[in-house]
Amino acid sequence: MNKYSAKKIAGNTVSYLALTIWALTTAYPLLWVILNSFKDRREIMSQSFSLPTGDLFTLDNYRLAFEKMDIFGAYINSLSVSCMVSLIVIILAGLASYALVRYEFPGRNLLQGLILAGMMFPAFSTIIPVFRMESAWGIVNTDSRFLSLFALSLPQIAGNMSFAIIVLSGYIRSLPVELEEAAYMEGCTAGQIFFKVIVPLTKPSFATVGIFSFLWSYNDLFTQTFFLRIKDHWAITRLLSELTSREGTNYGLMASTVTMVIVPVVIVYVSLQKYIIKGMTAGAVKG
Amino acid sequence: MGANIYKNKKPVFFFLIPAFTFMIIFLYYPFIQNILNSFQQIDGLGSAAKGINAPWYENYVKMVTDENMKTALFNTGWMLLATLLGQVGIAVVLAILVDNIKRGAKFFRILYFLPIVISATALGVLFNLIFLYDKGMINQFRELLGAAALIDFKDEQHGMLTLMLPVIWQYVGFYFIILITGLNNISPELYEAAAIDGASGLQRVRYISLPLLYNVICTCVVLSVTGALKVFDLPWVMFPKGMPFNSTWLTGTYMYYQAFGASNVDYSSAIAVAIVVLGVIMAKVINTVFKEKDY
Repeated sequence: MNKYSAKKIAGNTVSYLALTIWALTTAYPLLWVILNSFKDRREIMSQSFSLPTGDLFTLDNYRLAFEKMDIFGAYINSLSVSCMVSLIVIILAGLASYALVRYEFPGRNLLQGLILAGMMFPAFSTIIPVFRMESAWGIVNTDSRFLSLFALSLPQIAGNMSFAIIVLSGYIRSLPVELEEAAYMEGCTAGQIFFKVIVPLTKPSFATVGIFSFLWSYNDLFTQTFFLRIKDHWAITRLLSELTSREGTNYGLMASTVTMVIVPVVIVYVSLQKYIIKGMTAGAVKG
Repeated sequence: MGANIYKNKKPVFFFLIPAFTFMIIFLYYPFIQNILNSFQQIDGLGSAAKGINAPWYENYVKMVTDENMKTALFNTGWMLLATLLGQVGIAVVLAILVDNIKRGAKFFRILYFLPIVISATALGVLFNLIFLYDKGMINQFRELLGAAALIDFKDEQHGMLTLMLPVIWQYVGFYFIILITGLNNISPELYEAAAIDGASGLQRVRYISLPLLYNVICTCVVLSVTGALKVFDLPWVMFPKGMPFNSTWLTGTYMYYQAFGASNVDYSSAIAVAIVVLGVIMAKVINTVFKEKDY
């Protein structure tokens, strides 16, 4: 017995050691850049492992960042596009999933196949025709910030739809149909059943889908480079990539801007992690 | 009663039309249009086609002879292999370890998943600072350990490795979460029975966890391979335009460069088609190699 527990303790120690090493590998680079954003660029190059206290501490990188670019403007652009994308995806995918799960109609399997196929199309393979179509409509390369952001959101909505429908269908399928029948007996129409029965019950899954559509849209540099051409229209990711190609050697400025992009996302993630992790696995395993 | 509720099919169309309108206009139609584009001559991003290429498959011939495309395919192959072994491999080990500990499992889950929600662009800038020649985090650390010469992590020799490490690093947590969900679905009674029979911890992993996890690992392999073909943001920020000396092209970054930098829109479309074809072939190959098993 003694030998057994000694072995167990040894095994546990090794486990925790390995897990802690990967945890440090994950956390340290992020922590490192945050700490170094409070140091002068020369110190970043020479003593990047010391804490930014006393003489090392400076806010110059942040001052420079706000002087050089319109970070708040970029944040507002990012937030408006991503909120619009996630809101529209939730509503449209919710309606479609409900119909696909509850109704039987000819062509349902075909539609489900199309949705799965939609998950396989990389953005590379659709972006050029989408761009040409939207420039024929006159909504890209204009001075209007609203039109640029709108043009950006359209392909992002379509790109997130497959994932959203797959996750939401899985959830709606698991709901007991009796509640809907009761509502039907009370005289509800299909639309009323959706908004008064399905939507309240599916809230956690809607949250997951909404958060993911939001994050993907917020982080999607590829589509942003196509549709956001003018400085005032840049979203935060686009701003960061542009900054790197122009001021890539000002390391202090890089560190402070990266910190400003990362920190809000980390805060949102930690407060909403329950929905994020659950949704990711639901989508991935089924998709 | 009961089934009556969904007998009236009229509402179906109102439910489906908005979502599918979006998908048809911005996903299916452009996808097909893109295949057609790859056979036509197009000089500018927003401009219309000037006619069919002569011969119509010109772009595909060009692709076979293009040195940069060769580099891109070769590098993407390495990327596939690295993500497959690195991401899924590390994730399997971490998932099994976390599954066997009592305290702190939730903490590790939250932390490991964190890099996935951060934009790859920001991570690209971050790793630029870490791998900086004079002197980023790694070179400073090597100096502390007594190394004399600095290493240029972005030269031709180290470039691809420097590119692959952050990509692997970012996505380990993604596969970890999928695997840990799979492990949670394994009934605890199996482990209890094995413990009564005197199986050691390693034996339980070898004879219960791994076999029952097989199908989930297959899912991860498919996802990691198709994911590796889509990598764009991070390589583009760390190694724009195939720097140094066209040695770090990936299929995705090369496609983007042909559309934006070189204004070879039709050639770029052809590369995009090749990426899709490659993805479908890889998924098929993996599905045949790792046939789903029932336990």
